[in-house]
Amino acid sequence: MMTLARAIDVSRSYGSVLALDHVDLDVHAGELVGLLGPNGAGKSTLVNLLTGVRRPTGGRVELCGGDPRDPATRKVLGVTPQETGLPSALRVGEVVDFVRAHYPDPLGRDELLDRFGLGDLVRRQTGGLSGGQKRRVAVALAFVGRPRIVFLDEPTTGLDVAARHALWNGVRQFHAEGGTVVLTSHYLEEVEALASRVVVVGEGRVLADDSVAAVRGLVAIRRVSLTTAVPVPDLPGVVGTERDGDRTHLLTPDADRLVRDLVSGDVPFRDLEVRPTSLEEAFLTLTAA
Amino acid sequence: MSSLALTHARFQLIETLRMPMALIGSAFFPAASMIFFVVPFIGSNPLYATTATASMVTFVVMSSNLFQYGIGVAEDRAQPWDPYARTLPAGAAPRFLGRILAGLTLMILSLIPVVVIAAVATKATVTPGQFVAALGVTVLSAVPFTLMGLAIGYSLPTKAAVVLAQVLFLPLAFGGGLMTGPGNAPGFIETIAPYLPTGAAVRLMWAAVGDFPVQPASVAALLAWTVAFAGVAGWAYRRDEGRRFS
Repeated sequence: MMTLARAIDVSRSYGSVLALDHVDLDVHAGELVGLLGPNGAGKSTLVNLLTGVRRPTGGRVELCGGDPRDPATRKVLGVTPQETGLPSALRVGEVVDFVRAHYPDPLGRDELLDRFGLGDLVRRQTGGLSGGQKRRVAVALAFVGRPRIVFLDEPTTGLDVAARHALWNGVRQFHAEGGTVVLTSHYLEEVEALASRVVVVGEGRVLADDSVAAVRGLVAIRRVSLTTAVPVPDLPGVVGTERDGDRTHLLTPDADRLVRDLVSGDVPFRDLEVRPTSLEEAFLTLTAA
Repeated sequence: MSSLALTHARFQLIETLRMPMALIGSAFFPAASMIFFVVPFIGSNPLYATTATASMVTFVVMSSNLFQYGIGVAEDRAQPWDPYARTLPAGAAPRFLGRILAGLTLMILSLIPVVVIAAVATKATVTPGQFVAALGVTVLSAVPFTLMGLAIGYSLPTKAAVVLAQVLFLPLAFGGGLMTGPGNAPGFIETIAPYLPTGAAVRLMWAAVGDFPVQPASVAALLAWTVAFAGVAGWAYRRDEGRRFS
């Protein structure tokens, strides 16, 4: 299987801050990889290195076997950056034409806009679009050059549910036609909806690289809260414990089992509450482990 | 020159012309100065009208390049569009060339009213040879002011660049003697003007359209300014690329 994007022992620091710490990653042709991690985990830095915007401090990156900082290598690349920033005085159609001019065999302007449901915006100046519309234009631009691989950095930030699903369909269609996608997100839901492989990034390192199901088991941590007068005994599957007055919070990937264990262990408790944790909380337990 | 540079120039011009305040800023003031000061007071004197027009042309060359590059580049650097454009399969050259082409086009657009007013409403006159010589001086003297603007735009954030461009532009105009005829500026300005970039450029312009003598020391000063601005612009460009994209 051909490797389209590769990071080999890559590090990147900004001054004294280490954003990426000896990361290895291979993305093969036809994959749809989700980079999942909390804010500040290093996802965007990894994308910036692989798309040639920045240079690694250590290690090496490759795009289709070449250096992504070489313009010729980037003919097969499409990118949606985290920040949109379209030139506000230009019309949507003009922005598309501007990007098209950079590629040898671009998609037609109308074909592209129709694929992403943006056909009626073609004459609008980008400065007058809503945040969601700008975002959809920015995502569509990644596909202008008939890329082999696209990098979408938090593509659906700020989109409502309908727009998000429309966008997901566009990405799925590209993938179904053989395209390769690297998508960053800090929503597990988004990665689950699209990706088959998930790379979990936290504190500049790859914490897990596995199937969606396996990673969900790692990061889908539940918070089981209860009020009890006695100390809670050590129970299997508990990855973290916090006490807040007489309230005890237990973090576990398997809340059902924990509750059964509490009951069968005759632990006196009241006000039982089970909540999903945020990805940030899940990462705290992952990085602490 | 690649067609991609022309594409960049075209879209940059579209952007500027959609917000014509920018163009009015560089085209209106010199045209208004021609109408309110040159035409009524010295328009009937061929010699004065011609040198005043030459001064105003130099003024446009200075101000349009200083503002367009100084402020335009600083603004672009602040936009997330810039790093996105770097993921497209083109190096930095087409964008840079496109910017220069668009800048020269807007400078010429700003010059047209000055030249038309001079031709229609004053007795200013040049021979075809003098016109070509003045055109040559215009293009050559655009180089130091372009580099000066780029030096400001690449080394400062937007707000600081706006202030510096505005702070520089009046002293450069008065100090170079653009607002007064040859030999009529206050004494100390007559002394320093030949060595300021504006003063040196306008002296070449006066020499192109009349019998004002070319001063070798002044030409040398303009060359020195050009080299210095190129040095600062190059340094600021590399530093900026290194800071944002390394």
